[in-house]
Amino acid sequence: MRFLRDFRLLFIRSVKGSLRNPVWLFLGLFQPAVYLLLFAPLLQSLGNVPGFPAGGAYAVFTPGLLVMIALFGTAYAGFGLVDHIRSGVVERLLVTPASRLAILLGYVMRDVVVLLVQSCIIIAIALPMGLSVSLPGLLLTFAMMVLTGTLMASCSYALALVLKREDSLASVINTVATPVLLLSGITLPLTLAPKLIRSIASVNPFAYEVTASRSLFLGNFTDSAITTGVIFLGSLAVLAFVWAARSFRRGTA
Amino acid sequence: MAIISIEGLRKTYKSRRKKAGGTVEAVKSIDLTIQHGEIFGFLGPNGAGKSTTLKMLSTLLAPDGGKATIAGFDLLAHPARVRRQIGYVSQAGGADGAATGREDLMLQARLFGLPPEKARRRVSDLIDALDLGPFVDRFSRTYSGGQRRKLDIALGMVHQPAVLFLDEPTTGLDPLSRAQLWRQIRRLRSEGTTVFLTTHYMDEADALSDRIAIIDKGRIVAEGSPAELKQGISGDILSLTVNHVENAVALSREALRDLEFVREMTVADTGLRLVVTHGGEAIPVVLRRLEGRGIGVADISLSRPSLDDVFLKMTGHSLDESGRCPGAGAKE
Repeated sequence: MRFLRDFRLLFIRSVKGSLRNPVWLFLGLFQPAVYLLLFAPLLQSLGNVPGFPAGGAYAVFTPGLLVMIALFGTAYAGFGLVDHIRSGVVERLLVTPASRLAILLGYVMRDVVVLLVQSCIIIAIALPMGLSVSLPGLLLTFAMMVLTGTLMASCSYALALVLKREDSLASVINTVATPVLLLSGITLPLTLAPKLIRSIASVNPFAYEVTASRSLFLGNFTDSAITTGVIFLGSLAVLAFVWAARSFRRGTA
Repeated sequence: MAIISIEGLRKTYKSRRKKAGGTVEAVKSIDLTIQHGEIFGFLGPNGAGKSTTLKMLSTLLAPDGGKATIAGFDLLAHPARVRRQIGYVSQAGGADGAATGREDLMLQARLFGLPPEKARRRVSDLIDALDLGPFVDRFSRTYSGGQRRKLDIALGMVHQPAVLFLDEPTTGLDPLSRAQLWRQIRRLRSEGTTVFLTTHYMDEADALSDRIAIIDKGRIVAEGSPAELKQGISGDILSLTVNHVENAVALSREALRDLEFVREMTVADTGLRLVVTHGGEAIPVVLRRLEGRGIGVADISLSRPSLDDVFLKMTGHSLDESGRCPGAGAKE
């Protein structure tokens, strides 16, 4: 099928580009790795504080780090697109008969793959430090990461197409990502938070994702946050992709 | 046979500067017919609407009005079919710096539907034809300006389009690369490809195009072969530079204005530009007049009309001057 062929060609091209410049892969990992090495050990003594979730410091903290990579890594995917707009690559692709959706999906799926690779590396660092995780739970967490990656990359591309500049893109992302991150309870669980912050966080899809991943890591598949998180993230991912696709169609000129 | 026909095509942008009325009429209703197999030059200063027109014709930008047919397909009704017939090389180029030239060409060929084996053959033919061999397997971000431009153009023609759109193909190139590119564009024509190129260099439009349309401020002001357009100005161009004393230019203008062989007169920074019936007869008369008023002449020269003179006649300003104008609206 045409669409699949175009998607495959464009996806392979993007992945090749990323493999040739792996510095971005590791740059995105630097911050979470530092948190993992220097901050997570502080949580170990908090295990007995009332309200602190079960499972030990790493099972509580690692899921948050995965969300952090998405918010502070994948969210910057638009930078690459701005470069491609400027160098004419996007226009060149749009004048081919290739499906417009395949072109966008080629970019987005590359970012999802990069996010999954980064997640695997974080898990690989956390395991010897004392993380214990249920394998099916981890796989389901990764499935959620696919949705998160699609959501963040799509938003970033849509913004890139509107703003067309790296500096304005960076300030928008920073402004949005920092409060969203803090309200996801990634560093300290939201169960410790005052009521006001907890109620604001209750509309944050990433808060559900963090809570859901913590349960999944422990092998607890009955937590209602899992379904809520998946539905919430899934719908937002679809909306964001549609937004990006629409901006793509008219915004490149 | 017409391969492109354009009727009333126009585009208005929303301006970010509210003071300007909120909109910019980039292209104001243009009509054009381009014949099969010709090199058509679209000449105009920066910001005249050349790139906007090209983007509309290559399906990247939806027109606000008008219609166009390209290689038998309606631009608005069948953009996807139009895309199969055309190649487009933007000002920015389009090569992916993170890929090698060959990989990029292969991708382009495959996206146009060539099966892998055919694509490989076509790409290697193209590499030979355009002399890309010495650098095609390096990452294109390492290319020189001329090498990169060659690759950009190869990307535009990998699928052997009926029409190739080139937006300012030689801007920023050194003279040697420019001459090479001209040769390649002529070769394309001899192979039956129609080439539609924009340029703000009149020598380029003159040397390369079979026919030209001159565009200024979104409107086509003249159309025809370079020779036809220049014939529209009968007479010779007499340019003179006067010694720099106060009011010298204005005084000379006054001194020469009643001469009957002077058809047109334009004032430049340091002198005058006259369109005269017979250059040879005009020179002594002009010199005598100026001498009589005590105005020293630093330089006087006679030339045949150029496309710049055509542009000047049609728009009242020189292509060079407007081409130099930087301004905020430089992006078309």
